[in-house]
Amino acid sequence: MKTENQKAWFFVLPVLLLVAFNAVIPMMTVVNYSVQETFGDNRFFWEGLTWFQQILNSDRFHSALGRQFLFTFIILTIEIPLGVAIALSMPRKGPWVSVCLILMSLPMLIPWNVVGAMWNIFTLPEIGLLGYFLNNVVGINYDMTQDPVAAWVTIVTMDVWHWTSLVVLLAYAGLVSIPDAYYQAAKIDGASNWSVFRFIQLPKMKNVLTIAILLRFMDSFNIYTEVFVLTGGGPGNSTTFLSIDLVKIALGQFDLGPAAAMSLIYFAITLLVSWLFYTLMNRDDLNDYEEVEH
Amino acid sequence: MQKRSIVPIIYILFLMLPIYWLVTMSFKTTNEILESFSLFPQTFTLDAYKTIFTDPTWYWGYINSIIYVSLNTVISLIVALPAAYAFSRYRFLGDKTLFFWLLTNRMAPIAVFALPFFQLYSAVGLFDTHIAVALAHCIFNIPLAVWILEGFMSGIPKELDETAYVDGYSFPRFFLTIFLPTIKAGVGVAAFFCFMYSWVELLLAKTLTAVVAKPIAATMTKTASSAGYELGLLAAAGTLTIIPGAIVIYFVRNYIAKGFAMGRV
Repeated sequence: MKTENQKAWFFVLPVLLLVAFNAVIPMMTVVNYSVQETFGDNRFFWEGLTWFQQILNSDRFHSALGRQFLFTFIILTIEIPLGVAIALSMPRKGPWVSVCLILMSLPMLIPWNVVGAMWNIFTLPEIGLLGYFLNNVVGINYDMTQDPVAAWVTIVTMDVWHWTSLVVLLAYAGLVSIPDAYYQAAKIDGASNWSVFRFIQLPKMKNVLTIAILLRFMDSFNIYTEVFVLTGGGPGNSTTFLSIDLVKIALGQFDLGPAAAMSLIYFAITLLVSWLFYTLMNRDDLNDYEEVEH
Repeated sequence: MQKRSIVPIIYILFLMLPIYWLVTMSFKTTNEILESFSLFPQTFTLDAYKTIFTDPTWYWGYINSIIYVSLNTVISLIVALPAAYAFSRYRFLGDKTLFFWLLTNRMAPIAVFALPFFQLYSAVGLFDTHIAVALAHCIFNIPLAVWILEGFMSGIPKELDETAYVDGYSFPRFFLTIFLPTIKAGVGVAAFFCFMYSWVELLLAKTLTAVVAKPIAATMTKTASSAGYELGLLAAAGTLTIIPGAIVIYFVRNYIAKGFAMGRV
């Protein structure tokens, strides 16, 4: 049980100050921009909620948001089960564990613009390994600069390549924390592989998986650098996700007001979905305790 | 057991393919890369690496990145440790709200917040310093570090703290000599995540620096475009960005493998 102690605030204070410095002040600036109009001469005019109305009513925003949700949905449905499956089949002991973990972590340690650049060259039809192979050996007409479907497949593959290891790492951590006694008990009861997974492994992995889902949701929902370098949002607008559209408006057209309004709406959506995930997990936790008590 | 290991092997092969492509490209000349497809370098060259190791703008890029990433990891851990302890052991006014609020800071679309960040750090006179990037990256690393450490600490029974107090340990001495060694695996994992996210982030690092503290990733984009895409050089620079990360994983690999086992993370 936790004890009540208001002095604990002093422990949290440094974190609070550092994060607030980085979060609150820039956030205030963005809020400021979102209700003002400027003509680039450092004079600002009050605009009220015009930008918010404009963004919420624009088709451009809706389609970027739709693409963003579709992308994140695909990413989560591929990476979470795949990561769990790989973690389940990894060795638990011995030298291969280190080898697996080191090799699997490598993609995560490459700076995001390098990831975008290497996948760009990797998939070029004439000179890239994947592009050359698909076009000249398999015989598929694959060019992600021309074909929106190819561009989507490439981005999804890149993200799976880049981030599935995060899920593997977390799921593996959850798995090795299960005491052997649980497995022995299951063996005596004659439990099938599936019921071992369903009633022992999955519940034990729930906490780490929640973190994995939250992290993957937030990071894929905010994805920018990799996609920007890989496709630049193209061909056409087919891979223009929310963040890419945002930067186009903010830095390309220098429309700070609409861009600020858009990023606040964006932020609110991310917050809402994350909060849903978070509370769902907490409610499940409460149910678990009740079950134990009865 | 043997059949099962096929899955990780296939997965690792899939991971290695693009990396293999990057590494082989770094040994090719730019002309060879652009001319045609080849699985191995036809004219093996180390020119790209020579350029990087002899030109200060290149190798200082790596040094700058390593400086701010290390700074960020140290700062994140130092402030996250007591906070995580408070969250795992005590109830206090607004603790749950605060815990979730911390997380929300990972959600802000950095793309648009980059400009306000630039204004903020210019205003306090930290623009183009390593500490600016190190502090700015705290916005996503501290919440993660607190989260991970809190998980590990909650896995340690509270009796450990109580026994130490009964034995007459002061809080700082207990924390440093008993508690910290017990959760060192958690610290290793948290450090790995901080290092990783700070090392790969570019947008803020690029916005907050100009010359003195310029990160390697920014050096790469600039040189590549001004010289009309020197792909060999770009590939070599990209290959070298993997190495510091690989060294860090090598040192924390045991923590990652066994360490996670302790906490619920």
